Amino acid sequence: MLKAKSAHGLLLACLLSTSAPAIAAAPIVAAASDLQFALTEAAEQFQQETGYDLRLNFGSSGNFRRQIAQGAPFELYLSADERYVQALYEEGHTQDEGVIYAIGRLVWMQQAGRGDLPSDDAPLAGVDAALEAQESGTNERIALANPEHAPYGVAAQQTLEHAGRWEPTEALRVLGENVSQAAQFALSDDARGGLVAYSLALAPSLRERSEYVLIPQSWHEPLRQRMVLTNQAGDVATAFYQWLQQDEGQAILRTYGFSGE
Amino acid sequence: MDWSALSVSLRLAGFTCLILLPVAIWLGRALAYARFRGKGLCEAFVALPLVLPPTVLGFYLLLSFGRDAPVGSLWADLTGDGLNFTFTGILLASLIANLPFAVQPIQRAFEHIPHNLREAAWCSGLGPWQTLLRIELPLVWPGILSAAALTFAHTLGEFGVILMVGGAIDGETRTLAIAIYDRVQAFDEQGAAQMSALLLLVSFITLGLVYGLAGRRRWARG
Repeated sequence: MLKAKSAHGLLLACLLSTSAPAIAAAPIVAAASDLQFALTEAAEQFQQETGYDLRLNFGSSGNFRRQIAQGAPFELYLSADERYVQALYEEGHTQDEGVIYAIGRLVWMQQAGRGDLPSDDAPLAGVDAALEAQESGTNERIALANPEHAPYGVAAQQTLEHAGRWEPTEALRVLGENVSQAAQFALSDDARGGLVAYSLALAPSLRERSEYVLIPQSWHEPLRQRMVLTNQAGDVATAFYQWLQQDEGQAILRTYGFSGE
Repeated sequence: MDWSALSVSLRLAGFTCLILLPVAIWLGRALAYARFRGKGLCEAFVALPLVLPPTVLGFYLLLSFGRDAPVGSLWADLTGDGLNFTFTGILLASLIANLPFAVQPIQRAFEHIPHNLREAAWCSGLGPWQTLLRIELPLVWPGILSAAALTFAHTLGEFGVILMVGGAIDGETRTLAIAIYDRVQAFDEQGAAQMSALLLLVSFITLGLVYGLAGRRRWARG
């Protein structure tokens, strides 16, 4: 009975806390989903050092670019593609042109323990194997983020095009709404693997389940990731923006495979 | 468990019921009794969210909530705030998406009241308001309760519309259903599993309530 009562109280508390001030005050950060783990860790460390909370939203850069133009209350925007930031700046939604905070890398990722991880010399061997399997009638999917609005999807498309594998793989490709979902798909049993962000391959929760091989950077346009403060940015968002450019912030990004300019 | 997402979901479901039920009682009763040209169109309009893909509804709402669009700019003039990516915005979306779930059970309940019963009430000198309060409402309350339960459960489960107009902001527009999606994206299957189990339980209890009431009604009529 007591238990039921306290559960009831909890629900009531949830209902009544219409706007808990601590949460309401925390600035909202829109971040490309390749930052899913790196930025979560950065925000935790920032919180420990400064005491300020942040609310992190992960998704595809293109979606956030559209939402910010439509007036979404994001204070800081970390894009995986600097062109989205540039466009927002030209439309007058941001304080300035922002800064490059990281250069991203693309990897071929697949389920751990398959025993057929491609070598560094031929990182797309998995794609070829999937094409061969297709001829014999089995569909092994290749996952990537949607190139329409996800920068890592664009890089994946360029990589496949560079290798002459874009057209042939048409029927095998599955598109994630963002690169994080693409990684989800790449690790499913129905997929051979996928082209996703290096930063996800290095995340603790994925390291055991996946294996990866790096894609040469020359096969796609550089993933120059730019961040910018929007016109709604307050002091906390500005402080985090600066903190990310300093040694501590940059060190965390390095551990997730991002490089500097 | 994402408590702030649970709070957003409960608030959204609660406010949706609170605002929608009086409207649904009025509209359901009007549709049950009134005979007018275009009634079929009116009923079709109410039922539309049942069959429309949530993305279609979400798309139109996204357009009409924009600051250049009539609804969005009117709201911005009144409150100085936008509708997209706000709690008010997803509440408005939820009110529209739930219209059939609230109106239809109530309309059916009103339709089941024999006409001569109302006539008897009028002959006994009861006014329209007294007839509504003392004769009709006591008879249709199972319909109202069904409407409330369905609306509540459906709001908790709403995903597509809120994904499109909400923007998944913590404590504002990230509902439990969206939080589950986010947890899966973050490879946090345990978190997703807890929240999914909670939604499953709440939905089952709610539907159990609805069908339990319907069963009792059948039994009473017998």
